[in-house]
Amino acid sequence: MSSGSAFNDEKGGSSSVAEPEYGHDPASGGIFSSDYKRHDDLKEMLDSNKDSLKLEAMKRIVAMIARGKNASDLFPAVVKNVACKNIEVKKLVYVYLVRYAEEQQDLALLSISTFQRGLKDPNQLIRASALRVLSSIRVTIIVPIMMLAIKEAASDMSPYVRKTAAHAIPKLYSLDPEQKDQLIEVIEKLLADKTTLVAGSVVMAFEEVCPERIDLIHKNYRKLCNLLIDVEEWGQVVIINMLTRYARTQFLNPNINESLLEEGNTEGKTFYGSDEDEDEDEDEEEKEKKAEALAKRKPYVMDPDHRLLLRNTKPLLQSRNAAVVMAVAQLYFHLAPKAEVGVIAKALVRLLRSHSEVQFVVLQNVATMTIKRRGMFEPYLKSFYIRSTDPTQIKILKLEVLTNLANETNISTILREFQTYIKSMDKDFVAATIQAIGRCATNIGEVRDTCLNGLVQLLSNRDELVVAESVVVIKKLLQMQPEKHSDIIKHMAKLIDNIQVPMARASILWLIGEYCEHVPKIAPDVLRKMAKSFTNEEDIVKLQILNLAAKLYLTNSKQTKLLTQYVLNLAKYDQNYDIRDRARFIRQLIVPTEKSGALSKYAKKLFLALKPAPVLESPFKDRDHFQLGSLSHLLNAKAGGYQELPDWPESAPDPSVRNVEVPEWSKCSAREKRKEKKVEKPFYSDSEGESGPTESADSESDSGSGSESASGSEESGSGSESDEEESDEGSDEEEEEEEPKLTKKKMQEVKKPVHQSESEQSSEEERKPQRKPKSRKMSESESESEESESESDESESDESESEPETRKKKKVESKPSKPVKKETKKESKKEMSLLDLDDFEPAHSPQVTPVNAFMSNSLVTDLEGLSLSDDVLAPATISPSSSMKTFELLHRITGEGLSVEYCFSRQPFSPDANMVAVQIHFTNNSSSDVSNLHVEDAKLQSGMRVKEFPEIEVLAAGDTTTAVMGIDFCDSTQAANFQLCTNSKKFFVTIQPPVGELMRPVFMTENEFKKEQGQLMGMNEISEKLTLDSNCRNEHSIVQRVTTAANLSRVPCGSDNECRFAARTVTSNSLVLVTVATKPEGAAQLTVNCDKMLIGTMLVKEILQGLTQ
Amino acid sequence: MIHSLFLINNTGDIFLEKHWKSVISRSVCDYFFEAKAKAGDPENVPPVLQTPHHYLISVYRGKIFLLSVIQSEVPPLFVIEFLHRVADTIQDYFGECSENVIKDNLVIVYELLEEMLDNGFPLATESNVLKEMIRPPNILRSVVNTLTGTTVFAEIQGVIEACVRLSGMPDLTLSFMNPRLLDDVSFHPCVRFKRWEAERVLSFIPPDGNFTLMSYHVNSQNLVAIPVYVKQNINFFDSGSCGRLDITIGPKQTMGKMVESLSVTIPMPKTVLSANLTATQGSYTFDLATKILIWDVGKLNPQKLPNLKGTLSMQSGVPKPEENPSLSIGLKIQQLAISGLKVNRLDMYGEKYKPFKGVKYVTKAGKFQVRT
Repeated sequence: MSSGSAFNDEKGGSSSVAEPEYGHDPASGGIFSSDYKRHDDLKEMLDSNKDSLKLEAMKRIVAMIARGKNASDLFPAVVKNVACKNIEVKKLVYVYLVRYAEEQQDLALLSISTFQRGLKDPNQLIRASALRVLSSIRVTIIVPIMMLAIKEAASDMSPYVRKTAAHAIPKLYSLDPEQKDQLIEVIEKLLADKTTLVAGSVVMAFEEVCPERIDLIHKNYRKLCNLLIDVEEWGQVVIINMLTRYARTQFLNPNINESLLEEGNTEGKTFYGSDEDEDEDEDEEEKEKKAEALAKRKPYVMDPDHRLLLRNTKPLLQSRNAAVVMAVAQLYFHLAPKAEVGVIAKALVRLLRSHSEVQFVVLQNVATMTIKRRGMFEPYLKSFYIRSTDPTQIKILKLEVLTNLANETNISTILREFQTYIKSMDKDFVAATIQAIGRCATNIGEVRDTCLNGLVQLLSNRDELVVAESVVVIKKLLQMQPEKHSDIIKHMAKLIDNIQVPMARASILWLIGEYCEHVPKIAPDVLRKMAKSFTNEEDIVKLQILNLAAKLYLTNSKQTKLLTQYVLNLAKYDQNYDIRDRARFIRQLIVPTEKSGALSKYAKKLFLALKPAPVLESPFKDRDHFQLGSLSHLLNAKAGGYQELPDWPESAPDPSVRNVEVPEWSKCSAREKRKEKKVEKPFYSDSEGESGPTESADSESDSGSGSESASGSEESGSGSESDEEESDEGSDEEEEEEEPKLTKKKMQEVKKPVHQSESEQSSEEERKPQRKPKSRKMSESESESEESESESDESESDESESEPETRKKKKVESKPSKPVKKETKKESKKEMSLLDLDDFEPAHSPQVTPVNAFMSNSLVTDLEGLSLSDDVLAPATISPSSSMKTFELLHRITGEGLSVEYCFSRQPFSPDANMVAVQIHFTNNSSSDVSNLHVEDAKLQSGMRVKEFPEIEVLAAGDTTTAVMGIDFCDSTQAANFQLCTNSKKFFVTIQPPVGELMRPVFMTENEFKKEQGQLMGMNEISEKLTLDSNCRNEHSIVQRVTTAANLSRVPCGSDNECRFAARTVTSNSLVLVTVATKPEGAAQLTVNCDKMLIGTMLVKEILQGLTQ
Repeated sequence: MIHSLFLINNTGDIFLEKHWKSVISRSVCDYFFEAKAKAGDPENVPPVLQTPHHYLISVYRGKIFLLSVIQSEVPPLFVIEFLHRVADTIQDYFGECSENVIKDNLVIVYELLEEMLDNGFPLATESNVLKEMIRPPNILRSVVNTLTGTTVFAEIQGVIEACVRLSGMPDLTLSFMNPRLLDDVSFHPCVRFKRWEAERVLSFIPPDGNFTLMSYHVNSQNLVAIPVYVKQNINFFDSGSCGRLDITIGPKQTMGKMVESLSVTIPMPKTVLSANLTATQGSYTFDLATKILIWDVGKLNPQKLPNLKGTLSMQSGVPKPEENPSLSIGLKIQQLAISGLKVNRLDMYGEKYKPFKGVKYVTKAGKFQVRT
C-alpha cells in the first residue's frame, strides 16, 4: 500500500498510462510488481461472487480515485459489476463509471444497457439515478440514447425524475451542442412544469443552453415568481438571477425620472470635491427637475408583473443561504425603485457576520452599491468597522466601504476610526488606510486640511512604508492647491535623504520639480544630491530625476545647467532603454542646438503645463454595469458565459405575452374538480386567468406553499394529492401549447401526442386510460375524454369498471403492431445499430401497476404459449418434468423431517409473466404433520420480486405435495433468499437460478432470426469454439443438450450443420439467440447473441458445459 | 457550474479530488499555491482567483482548503456557500471537518460529493436527505423523542439550534415571550415565513437531527450588557527591552449566573521573546512561534478576581512596538440569554405522541475584543 501509493501519487491525474509502461524503469521494478499484484487481487475480489468482497474492492478503488490515483486499468473488471444487485456495490460502480467512461469509451458501452433498463424501473429513485449516470457518461456515441432518455424522463410522472432530466440537459449539451434545438424543446416543456422541485433545475438548464431565448420565459414568468419561495435554495439563486435579466428586457426603468437627472449631474460631478459641496443644491435641483420631468412625462406606472417579482423575492432576504440573499439584493439593486432598495442593506449587513469568504464577496458588492446609493448603508456605518482579527483583504474592503460612506456629517467619526487603524501592525492595511484618508480628503473639501496635516504628521512615523505611502498620498493632495503648501513641500524635500522606498522618492522628486518655483532654493540642492546617487537609484526614481533636471533647467538654468548635463550624460549610458530614450528626448527638447526643431521653443510649456490633479477614484466605480453578485463583477472582467444585463427598454414590450390563457374546457374541469375534492383555494392557472395577477399573488403563493408541504415526501410518495392537481394543470398547459406545436412541426405530429399523454399522467393508474385519447386524439371530443379521465383517476371503482375496455386497447396497441410508437422509434434506430433498442419497447410494461400488468401480460404469455405449443421443434415447453433437474432447497435433516426440492418447470408463470416459475416439492418425512407451510420475509436484491405459493395448510406425515411460486430474478443469477415457515419453525432457504432458466422460449422464423441476429452483432455477440463430445455429434443430441442447458426454443433452419435457438429473458424481454454450427470431426462453434452481456457470457459457459460433457 | 473540487491541507497536499465533469488536472492548483504563498496567512488567500482557463473559488475551514474549479460565470457566493455546506455536511457526518477525518472516511466523503452535486449543480444538500442515501458511519437510533433548542447568544447575534428526533411528520410551532427583540432574522427553509410575518411565531415541519432553525440579530439600540469587565495594563519600555503586563477580569452583569470557560487571547507583537507571568487562577501559555498568549481562566470567581501579572522580555535593540495588542475574550454563561430572548412555548401538531421538550440557553462571547 505505502510504496505503491507513493508511486501512484507521482502519476497523479495523468489518467490512462498503461501499467506495463513502468516496466521500462528498472528502479521502480519492485514497486511496480507490488502495484500490479494489488490490482490483481482487486480484480479477483471483483470477480468473486461475494458481495462483501466486491464492496471491499470497490471501496478501495473509489478511495484511489478520490486520492487522484489512476485506477483505469480496472475498468473491465469493474464494469462487469454494473448489474450487481447489491445497491452499495452498484453505487460505487456508478461512481467509477462516471469517472472513467470518457477514457474507456468502448468498454463503457457495455454498461449502457443496464442503465437503459434502470430507466424503466418502477422505483423513481432508480429511474433517476440511471438517468443521472447515463447522462454523466461522456461518450459521444450514446448521444441519441441520452436524447431519448431525457425526452422520456421529461415526461416522467415523478417530479424527481423530471428534475434529473433537467439536470441531464446541460450535460448532453456540452457533449454535443448540435442537439441544441431538440434540447430547447425539452426545456420548454419542463419550464411549464409546476413543481418546485423541477423549477430550479430547468432554469439552470435554460441558462446554460439557451439563455438568449428569453421568449420561453413569458408564459412561465408568473408561475416562477409564485413558486419561487418554495423552490430549493440553489434553484432560487438561478431563477432570481435569470428573472433579473428578464425584467430588464420587459419592464420600464422604475427610476426613469431620476435617472435622467443622474445623467445630467454626472457631467458636473466628474471632478473631485465638487459633489459633496453641491449635494444640497443638487437635492433642490433634483426636486425642481423632478417636477419638470414629471410634468413632461406621463407618470410612470409599474407593471404589475414587475411588482409581483419584487414582492415575491423580498421574503427571501431572510434566507439562511448567503447566495440567495445576495441574489435578491442584486435584483433589488438593479430593478427596484430607488425608494425601495434600502431594504436590502440590513440583509447584506447580516451576511457580514458569516464566513470570511462570504464577507469578501458581500463587501465587494456593497462597495459597488455604496458608490451609487450611499444613503442605503449609512445607518450601518459601524458594521463596517474593522477588527484587528479580520483578514487583510477584508480589512481593505471594509476600508473601501467606509471611504465610500464618508460625508461631512460622519467624516470626523470615520477619521478617528482611521487613526486607530494607522497604528495597526498589518502594514498593508496601514498603507490602504492612508490611501483611504487621501480619498476622503479629496472628496470632502472641509477636511482636506485636517487630513493633510494628519498625513504630514505621519511623515515622521518610524515605519518607512507608512511614510512612503503618506508621501504618495500627500503628493496627490498637494496637486490640488500647491500654492498654500510650500512648507509641506520643503518638509518633503528634506525627507528625500531618509526615505528609501522608490515610489515615495519618485513622488517627492516630481513634487519638487513640478513646484520648483515654490522652493527655488531647495530644488537645485535636491538635484545635486540626486545627481550624486543617480546610478544607484531605481528606474522610476531615475526618470523623475531626469524630469526634475529638465524642469529646473527650464526655470533656473543658471544654477542647474551643469547638473542637468551631468545627469543627462549619466542617463545616456544607463542600462535601461527607457531612461536612455528619455534622456535623448529631453536633451533634444531643452538644450538648444542648431539642429533642435521647432518644439524646443515650447519646451517650457510642455514640461510645466498646469496638470489637472489626479482624481482619487474608488476602484469600484462603474462596476455596476456588471450584474451584481456575479463572478464577472467580482473580477471586474467578463467571465466566460456571462450574460450582459441589458439596458432598460425605451418603451415597455407587450405585457400580454405573459398572460396565460386558460382554455374553456380546462376551467370547467378544474371547477368540477373543486366541487369533488372540496378544494377551496384557486389554482394558479385559473386565478391568473380570472383575476389580475397582482391581487391574486398572495393567495397563489399560499397555495403554492401548501402544495409543497403536502408533497414534502415527493421522493417517496407518488400520486399524492398535489401531484394529481399539478398534473392536471400540467395538462392544461400542454393542451394549449399543443396547437402551435402541431402546426409548426408537422414532422412530430405523431410523436408529440405520445409524449403528451405520458406527461399528463401523474399517477400510475392514469397510464392506461390515457391510451384512449391517443386513438381519438384527432377527433373533436378531446376535451370530454380528458375530463372523464380525470374523473376516473380519482375513484378506483371507476377505473376497474373501465378496465376491461382499456386492457383490450392496450393489447391491441402494444402487441400486434404498436403503430404510433414504432414510428418514433424507427427514426432513431438507424443511428444506433450498435446498441439494442428493443430495450425501449417494453418501456411501458414495468411502469404499469401490478394489477394491470398482471392481467395484460398474462394474456400475452398465454398467446405465446399457444404459438409455442404449435411448434413441434420446441422441446422445452413439452419436455417432461422427469428430465428436469431438481435442486435441493431444504435437506431432510436440517428441515427436521421436512425435505424440500425445487425445479424450474419452464412453464410460464401465469400470475406474472415477468417471473420464473419454480416448482417446489415438499416431502414430509417426519412422523408428525406439518402445517401452515408458507414463505416469509423474502430478502431480495433490489428489483427482485417474489410471488409466494399459497399457504399449504397441512402436510400429513409421509405425504408429499407440490406448489409453484414465481420469482422475478431481474435477469440475473443472484439468489433469492427467503424463509420457509411452518407453524413452529423457520428455515432460511435460497433459490439460485441457472442462467438458462432466466429466459422463456420464443418462436421465430429463420428470417426473423437472421434479422435480429444482424442487430445484435459486435459486443453483443459472443462465440466460442468447441469440440463436441463423441456421443453428441448428431443434431438431435445437440438440440437436446442445448435445450436442457437453457430454456430455448428451436428455430427452423435450412442448413444441416447449424442449429438455432431463440428465447427472451423473462424480466426484460431481451432477445437471446443461440447458434451451434457443427463442422467435421466434432468441431463446432457456439455463438450467443444477447444484448445482456452478462447473460450472454454465462449462457455460453453453460451450454459449452452441456455440449462437451 | 462547479467543475471540480480539490481538498488541500495546510502544507499543500491535495488529499481528495472530485470531478463532476471531465477531469481537470490537479496542476490547476498551482495557481492557488502561488497565491497562498503570496498571502502568507491562509486567511488572506483571496477566495476567488482567476487563471488563464479557469476560476478558482476556495474556502478555508478546519485547516483545510476546499478549492473548486469553475469554468464559466456563476455567482461566487453560490459556490462559497456550497463549499461551506460541504464542510458542514462532513462535520455533521463525522463530528468534525478535518483532514484526518476526511482521509479516514474517504469513500463516504466521495460518495457524498457525488450526491451533493450533479453536473456541478447542487442536488441534495440537506443533511437529512443525504443521510437517507448515504449512511453515516454509525447512526444514532434514538428511541426517545427529544427536542432540545440550544440558544446561543453572542454580543448581539444568536442562533437557535434545534435537535429534533421526532417520528412522523410533526408540525411544530415555537413562540417567544418577546419576539420584538429580534431585529433581523434568517430562517431554515422549513420555517413558514408568512406565519412569522403575521404572528411572529416559528411554524415548521422539522427535518431530522441537528440543524440551525433560525439565526437572528438583536437590535443594537438595546444596549448590550457586557457580562465582564477587563482592567488591563500593558506597557513596553523603551529601555531595558522589557514590558509589563497586568490584567484583571471581573464580573459586571451576569444576573447571578456563573461565567464559565473564560479565556483571554492576546496576539503579542513579534518582538516579544518570552513572558514571565503569574496567574492567580488558571494557566497561561505563550506560543513562541505565533507569539500568541492564551490565558485560560476557567470559572470566574466574583470573590477573588483572577489576575495575570508579570514581565515580558523583548528583543533588544529594536524599537518598542507602537501599538498595544488587543485582547480577545471568550466566555460562556449557561442558562442565560443575554439578549433576554425567551422561548414561550413549543407546540406539536399532526402527531399523537407526547414529545420531550427542552430548552437550553447559553451565552458565548463572539468576537469580544478589548482594544488597549
